[in-house]
Amino acid sequence: MRTSTWRRLLLGPGWVRAAWMTALFFGIGFGLVVGIRALAGWDPVIFWEPIIVVAALTAAPIGFLAGLGAFDYWLAWAFGQPTKPEDHSGHGARRWTDYFRINTDHKVIGIQYVTTTIIFFLAGGMLAMLVRAELAQPEADYVDPQTYNELFSVHASLMIFLFVIPAFAGLANYVLPLMIGAPDMAFPRLNALSYWLLPIAGIMMLSSFFFPGFGAGWTNYTPLSVEQPFGNVFFSMAVQWAGASSIMTALNFLVTIITMRAPGMTFWRMPLLVWANFTTSLLVVLATPFIAGSQFFVMFDRVMHTNFFQVAEGGYPLGYQHIFWFYSHPAVYIMILPGFGIISEVISTFSRKPIFGYRLMALSLVAILILGFSVWAHHMFVSGMANWLRVPMMITTLLIAVPTGIKVFSWLATTWEGRIHVTTPMLWAMGFVTMFVIGGLSGIFLGAVPIDIHVSDTYFIVAHIHYVLLGGSLFTIFAGIYYWFPKMTGRMYDERLGKLHFWVTFIAFNITFFPMHIIGVQGAPRRYADLGEEYADWNLVISIASFFLGASFIVFVYNMVVSWARGPRTTANPWGARTLEWQVSSPPPIFNFDDIPQVVGNPYEYGVPGARHAVMNGDRVAEAEQVKAE
Amino acid sequence: MRVGSLIRVLLVALLLAAAATAVAIFIPWLPDQASKEGGRIDFVFWFVTAVCIGIFSVVASLSVYSLIKFRAKPDDDSDGPPVHGHTGIEITWTVIPLVLVLAMIVVSSVALARNDRDPAGSMRVEVLGQQFAWVVAYPPEGAREDMDGFVCFTRGSGQVDAKCKRSPNLLLPLDRPARLHLTARDVIHSFFVPEFRQKQDAVPGLTTEITVTPTKLGNFPFICTELCGLGHALMRTRAIVLTESAFETWRASR
Repeated sequence: MRTSTWRRLLLGPGWVRAAWMTALFFGIGFGLVVGIRALAGWDPVIFWEPIIVVAALTAAPIGFLAGLGAFDYWLAWAFGQPTKPEDHSGHGARRWTDYFRINTDHKVIGIQYVTTTIIFFLAGGMLAMLVRAELAQPEADYVDPQTYNELFSVHASLMIFLFVIPAFAGLANYVLPLMIGAPDMAFPRLNALSYWLLPIAGIMMLSSFFFPGFGAGWTNYTPLSVEQPFGNVFFSMAVQWAGASSIMTALNFLVTIITMRAPGMTFWRMPLLVWANFTTSLLVVLATPFIAGSQFFVMFDRVMHTNFFQVAEGGYPLGYQHIFWFYSHPAVYIMILPGFGIISEVISTFSRKPIFGYRLMALSLVAILILGFSVWAHHMFVSGMANWLRVPMMITTLLIAVPTGIKVFSWLATTWEGRIHVTTPMLWAMGFVTMFVIGGLSGIFLGAVPIDIHVSDTYFIVAHIHYVLLGGSLFTIFAGIYYWFPKMTGRMYDERLGKLHFWVTFIAFNITFFPMHIIGVQGAPRRYADLGEEYADWNLVISIASFFLGASFIVFVYNMVVSWARGPRTTANPWGARTLEWQVSSPPPIFNFDDIPQVVGNPYEYGVPGARHAVMNGDRVAEAEQVKAE
Repeated sequence: MRVGSLIRVLLVALLLAAAATAVAIFIPWLPDQASKEGGRIDFVFWFVTAVCIGIFSVVASLSVYSLIKFRAKPDDDSDGPPVHGHTGIEITWTVIPLVLVLAMIVVSSVALARNDRDPAGSMRVEVLGQQFAWVVAYPPEGAREDMDGFVCFTRGSGQVDAKCKRSPNLLLPLDRPARLHLTARDVIHSFFVPEFRQKQDAVPGLTTEITVTPTKLGNFPFICTELCGLGHALMRTRAIVLTESAFETWRASR
């Protein structure tokens, strides 16, 4: 090869540069820590705890991102080199390798997000299978208690921070700009950066196993988390990377929705998915810094010997819980509101009816957003916080049932007297409505303080969160993936396999998680490596069902992979939907719209004679020709 | 047509409600009830269950009915009726849940306020959680607590003051309210006796309190319900309810 080719390979953005820059930045971090320790005369000079935090968990990922080219444009601009704001060289995917580089096309980023999060979902699911294998029989069978604690801790962390939250960000990344008639997101380079933070966070989460170990539960309560083995800092730092990714994406969505709607797309003409992501992004931007703070403090307590939560030095352990839940309660709405948006699209399309009570649907999202910030301490009813705080938190918690109920009833009213097409996405959507209602009702039990005192930290909690996050969020994610699969790939998935996937998941899910309500109320505590003979029968049933649940996702992966490669070609609008993403080809052209559409009406006007959501350029040409002909 | 549909939905809802009620009644949900506080908690539990069965049957019957009844024929490309909303219905399904929620809030608050009280003549018991065992201590009548709010424990140590009666189990006399004062030595633990329905975290550096009035003689599991490390699942002991005289005999013994 010629020298210039070598030069480009080594110095140009890409995986080769990422490899050596990761090593270089690790070295810089290493040198920094060792240098400071040597200068200060601290012993030992080479002390791996701070070295790993600074060099491996902070500096090396920055080197990786820089090597891949995430900062190239901004750095060039900052150093006064010539830059082209309209440089689209990194935009779109022509080859499969284009999915493995910094790409500024929101459609490519959306697919990167969804596939990456599905991989982490499968990894997290495998960890759950190991947990269930251990619990199938009383006594320790396969893993020791420390490993057991690490399995469920990393399972929850992966599912929350690397599956549910970013999977929604990925789906919205793909469809949201299309839905509002925009050529891309407002900040395409920031969008690329926020995606590439995710694999870093996920690998960090998983590598905690090798340093044992992160076993304090995903809540990572102090003081336990500070006395855990060193792997705990891998969680603390992975949350920073995943959280930064969330915040950047949310800012991007907010600016995109506020500034880039097509002409005529007023707020009251936005599809509900756009409303849902608007409210979710507000939650993310306001709440995520709190979990970042809580995890920094935990890590500082351990690595730098601060005393935020160390009782002996005057720290306050409940302070951790307040900061943590001030994020992590809004986080449950971050994990469900985008799903509400998806379900609104799917139910309206396949019922062939307008959304019932569109404005109240949008306003109830805003009500959940506001109330969602005033309920965090309902996770702390038995924690020892001020007793008087419990009743106000119960009131706000139970009040959220009202806007949530409005949404459920409005979806049901939308299906009423519709022309329902029971496709795979519709099955997931209706499955979601019933399962989420069960999760919502067990949430009322938990919101009522006296009942919560009895069932707090039992399997009832485990049942509840799986009904809202698996029967809830996961079902909406599947509804969304199946619904937009033809749009994303230009091909149709196998409908029979899709339905098989739904029914196996739906049945196995209920057999797995419904009995957890029973043993929970009976008093079975969560996070026990061994529940003893008392619950052995139910545990065996639950474990067997959970393996079927795990197996059901093989059907999903097979269907997606085969259909993406060889599925039948589909049209622009196979579902006959009204929103803008269906008015362009499947997959859409590189800049989405040849000409920005003019929005003239509401997005769900099924059955209204002559109603239109938008006028596309093609329509205008046809109309002009018609006028000319006349 | 519409009235007919509504009647059929109502029938499905009643059927589902009956099924859900059967699940509620025939599955042994709650463990034995062995405390006065537990009685109040159980009342709230069944009250909320009744409300939830109602809501569940409405939602489930509507979804099942819609999916079956309003299914489009395979070749039907038509749209449904363009109904955009109905203010009266929307107000109804905002107000009814609001009323139900308020009722549950009132019932819960009353039960909570009663359970939270420290009744006159209650017996003081001090409980310390540490990795991975419980220490229960009974201070002598009228003993004064130290600055940290404990008679028997010195903060940060597992030592029990010599004037206190110490036990690895929680022994309580029947029908006499006991006020438990909890703390922890190392990490957060949580006091839980399912038969008492009472749960309270024991937090290092804090004193948390909870009242238990045993109403049943017997021997119940007393476990830790806050993840506290490797031996979390082993941190279990017994709560034993004795008659007043048997308790006094035990307490006086060395």
